[in-house]
Amino acid sequence: MASSPKLDSKIPDGPLDQKWTKYRSTVALVNPANKRSLEVIVVGSGLAGAAAAASLAELGYKVKVFCFQDSPRRAHSIAAQGGINAAKNYQNDGDSVYRLFYDTIKGGDYRAREANVHRLAEVSGNIIDQCVAQGVPFAREYGGLLSNRSFGGTQVQRTFYAAGQTGQQLLLGAYSALQRQVGMGAVKLYARHEMLDIVNIDGKCRGIIARDLVSGKLERHFGHAVLLCTGGYGNVFFLSTNAMGSNVTAAWKAHKKGAFFGNPCYTQIHPTCIPVSGDHQSKLTLMSESLRNDGRIWVPKKKEDAEAIRTGKLNPNNLKEEDRDYYLERRYPAFGNLVPRDVASRAAKERCDAGFGVNATGQAVYLDFAFNMKYKYGKIEATKKGIENPTEAQLEEFGHAVVKEKYGNLFDMYEQITGVNPYKNPMQIYPAVHYTMGGLWVDYNLMTTVPGLYALGEANFSDHGANRLGASALMQGLADGYFVIPYTIGAYLANEIRTKPIALDHEGFVKAEQDVQNQIQKLLNIKGTKSVDYFHKRLGKVMWDKCGMARNAEGLKWAIEEIRKIRDEFWKDLRVPGEANEFNPELEKAGRVADFLELGELMCKDALERNESCGGHFREEYQTEEGEAERDDANFSYVAAWEMKELGNWELHKEELKYENIKIAQRSYK
Amino acid sequence: MSNSKGFLKSSIGRKFVMGLTGLFLVSFLVVHVSINSLLFLCDGGETFNAAADFMAHNPVIRFLEIGLFIGLIAHIVQALVLTLANKKARPQGYAQVNGAANSTWYSRSMGLLGTLLLLFLVMHLYHFWWPTKVAVFTHNEHNTFEEIKAVFTDGTMGVISVVLYVVGCLSLSYHLLHGFQSGFQTLGLNHKKYTPVIKKIGIIFSIIVPLVFALMPIGFMAGFIH
Amino acid sequence: MAGSSGKNINVTIKVWRQKNKNQKGQFETHEMKGVSTDMSFLEMFDVLNERLITEGKDPVAFDHDCREGICGMCSMYINGRPHGPKQGVTTCQLHMRSFKDGDIIVVEPWRSAAFPVIKDLAVDRSSFDRIMAAGGFVSVNTGNAKDANNILIPKDDADEAFNAAACIGCGACVAACKNASAMLFVSAKVSQLALLPQGQVEREERVLNMVKQMDAEGFGNCTNTGACEAECPKGISLENIARMNREYIHASTIANRK
Repeated sequence: MASSPKLDSKIPDGPLDQKWTKYRSTVALVNPANKRSLEVIVVGSGLAGAAAAASLAELGYKVKVFCFQDSPRRAHSIAAQGGINAAKNYQNDGDSVYRLFYDTIKGGDYRAREANVHRLAEVSGNIIDQCVAQGVPFAREYGGLLSNRSFGGTQVQRTFYAAGQTGQQLLLGAYSALQRQVGMGAVKLYARHEMLDIVNIDGKCRGIIARDLVSGKLERHFGHAVLLCTGGYGNVFFLSTNAMGSNVTAAWKAHKKGAFFGNPCYTQIHPTCIPVSGDHQSKLTLMSESLRNDGRIWVPKKKEDAEAIRTGKLNPNNLKEEDRDYYLERRYPAFGNLVPRDVASRAAKERCDAGFGVNATGQAVYLDFAFNMKYKYGKIEATKKGIENPTEAQLEEFGHAVVKEKYGNLFDMYEQITGVNPYKNPMQIYPAVHYTMGGLWVDYNLMTTVPGLYALGEANFSDHGANRLGASALMQGLADGYFVIPYTIGAYLANEIRTKPIALDHEGFVKAEQDVQNQIQKLLNIKGTKSVDYFHKRLGKVMWDKCGMARNAEGLKWAIEEIRKIRDEFWKDLRVPGEANEFNPELEKAGRVADFLELGELMCKDALERNESCGGHFREEYQTEEGEAERDDANFSYVAAWEMKELGNWELHKEELKYENIKIAQRSYK
Repeated sequence: MSNSKGFLKSSIGRKFVMGLTGLFLVSFLVVHVSINSLLFLCDGGETFNAAADFMAHNPVIRFLEIGLFIGLIAHIVQALVLTLANKKARPQGYAQVNGAANSTWYSRSMGLLGTLLLLFLVMHLYHFWWPTKVAVFTHNEHNTFEEIKAVFTDGTMGVISVVLYVVGCLSLSYHLLHGFQSGFQTLGLNHKKYTPVIKKIGIIFSIIVPLVFALMPIGFMAGFIH
Repeated sequence: MAGSSGKNINVTIKVWRQKNKNQKGQFETHEMKGVSTDMSFLEMFDVLNERLITEGKDPVAFDHDCREGICGMCSMYINGRPHGPKQGVTTCQLHMRSFKDGDIIVVEPWRSAAFPVIKDLAVDRSSFDRIMAAGGFVSVNTGNAKDANNILIPKDDADEAFNAAACIGCGACVAACKNASAMLFVSAKVSQLALLPQGQVEREERVLNMVKQMDAEGFGNCTNTGACEAECPKGISLENIARMNREYIHASTIANRK
């Protein structure tokens, strides 16, 4: 297998369950006096960034934190709804570190690194301890103990949650730890600052160039190490569940300066999002996966019914039971509506493509609570109340109350956005881009191929393989920030104690700043006719159509050409109003979309190269006769790490994935 | 870095003084309205005059009166300081405010209602408190009941006085409607069980007390107090 | 049918324009024709900005990020109310179906000395971060924690702490308050940690420090009008303010400390 000497994963020797413990105890330490003179730059203030910054500052490092939002508390980790997994086995239902490890590897369709995932499972319990100690108000039982639920079809109850706002509560916990360090002067905070390039000096990452978004001024910042905790790149699709500002710029600039990009094509499409309502749509909103526990997914059996629903001639409530196609229950009787995200998403697309979609655009399926509301919860409540032969109206009334209790806030949100009452009408849902498993390639220490440059959380490629399980993203972000980087950064910084801060007038800084300045001027000087969004939407459509839920070689090749065309037009006909030295949101967006226009090409290239279907990557050429994904372990059991030679020219390096503790099997949910 | 010495200069400390003095003034109203209700006995002011005489000469009451004035002045001074600080906290106002959507007009108008009350109070003290003081110090014979009656039955001036007193009572009512429960909230006295009760008592108090007060000038004018 | 209602309306937008903190601002009027009622309020601004850009004008700057009502970044004062006419939602979750054809919609930034305008509708809320840095935390270094289930918390306390913790830090409370007071924001954090056993150790210190910082930032004083509670998109309760008052009065008077 072709490889690069740079692609050393540095996985410690020894049995899987002792690798981390042993490594942690032997990794080089930096003495407290030296820590005070070592500076660490953290870019991004989500779970990974805030946790890392706070933890490193507590250890004594001098830390600077950068975020483009107006406060670190706004990072998009805040939007995670469902929960966070941890192998605590509080419910005595047979959970263990091994089981969490196994589920995560399997859920990732056998495309993640064993050692990293096992470490993640090992520290998962510590995360819960840490968060509770910070005052994160997790849901509790009446006895005062922590409550758990099962999530995403796992067979154990290992998910900790805080209503539907787990991400928010965890982020506020990390944010408060961060603010504590800010108050003590150990962390210097740079909000409304966007990192626009890294600075490499003598082969090591030594700092960043950031733009103060309020004044527009460029700043140089030195760091002995730089941590990119900048999230995923789902916004390359324009429409996604990401925040409007979520971007790839930090990771992409690092990629252009030598950091390999791992598995860029692995994209998670979440099956239950509110469908697009029109051309004005700016983002998509996720409805928690937990809804699939009680909602049944269907489309009409007959095309003419679907047609009638689309044009408003038929009310779906009046469609007879035998005329409905509960396609997940039909195709996957064992898991039914609870199949993993990638499977559920593809099945929805298949039905809509075949002409059975139900909203005006034909791009939606129903998530229907009527049946379970009445005949599951309604009946249970009637029994509790001692009513033997409840009427239909009673069943509906009782069931309504239960569903409101369980999902009230989600139903409200749905009604808020669509103007439709989901208690009375089936919800309409459609898959949307949600998370990117790919990201900067990192070794066991979370260091990229650029020495001194790290990537944490969604920004790296490491733990979720080709598909992420529900409630695992929060776990990974916090694991990286709280419990991995504080140890592993020592391996590098122990050798940097003699490095004096590099003067900011060093030619490396000057040149990097000049390059950034030039790009900004270039964007402003085009003075074309089209807005940033115009190009972003075009790129998004190409990506969604050709590199979305289903991909094929022909489409991907076309997409690569098309993206290049859009990119050329972008640089010829873009209009960015305003100036460089002022608060200029359009200029910010322009820089980000410029990077998406390059990333998109690499994603397609990676998707084209991976001639198999696995997890979130589905190639139409590689499916079974029943339309299920067909993995090719013999040829593709590797991490694709791309090195940029120049724009449009990448070299592929492969890190072989070795499974020594898990037997690889085909996923089946039939 | 914390210190408790700044308590009285902190936002909450100043509010604490507002709440405490406010509730203290409420307690004065209870005494005031009780004694004045003796007017409704319609015995030619005999009982009322006896009570008024007792209040005017009792040294304990005289001492408490000083406290009352201190409380009143503290309430006014803090209100001024807080209002100035509040104005500074929003130097540029909104072009359009829909306050009715989120709060009652009188809760937003405590400063205005308080100012009206202060003006009323000046008039009220001039009408009754000052003549009594003069009488007490000069040891002159005086009949409080008759003095009150005179104010409200003096032709056109009497009608104006009645109207001004009713307006004063209305201001008091709205001031109390917010202030009563607000005082408890400011002192941190918020309880799932008791707060709803306090709020109810507050509403009843804010309607009954000013109403009883208002009935006095009206009563003199209409002649049902005699 | 259960789908998009798809109506179009015409509205007039009067929006505040201000170049930066130091310059004076003024209103600018824009006619918006054929606005789909399925649009969110911010998407209507996207359309307006798109038009301004193609016309070679300066688009309206406004803060927004997640557009699903949780990050707390969006912050428009619409027709005299923070986050507009609907109760319990942020600006990003406000949809045009809340408006009628022919409406004139006045849009202003949050106005408070402690939230200086950066540009147009975007304001600087870093004062909130500084208040948090003054005490909005439990001092527990990473790795110090004991097993999570060693701390038992009555469900009611946990739920109440959660309700207080639901604050998104958007600043609507300050914007709504006639005094531009930040008491609801500060009290939500003070309450959350005062209700939990983890917060007990620093309970007095925390409330003293946070209130001190709040005062230093130039926020106004609470007069219990309740506007903050009514306009809070997350329904944070006024009870929290009473609890903070109690905590503060206790810490500065009764507590045995200098």
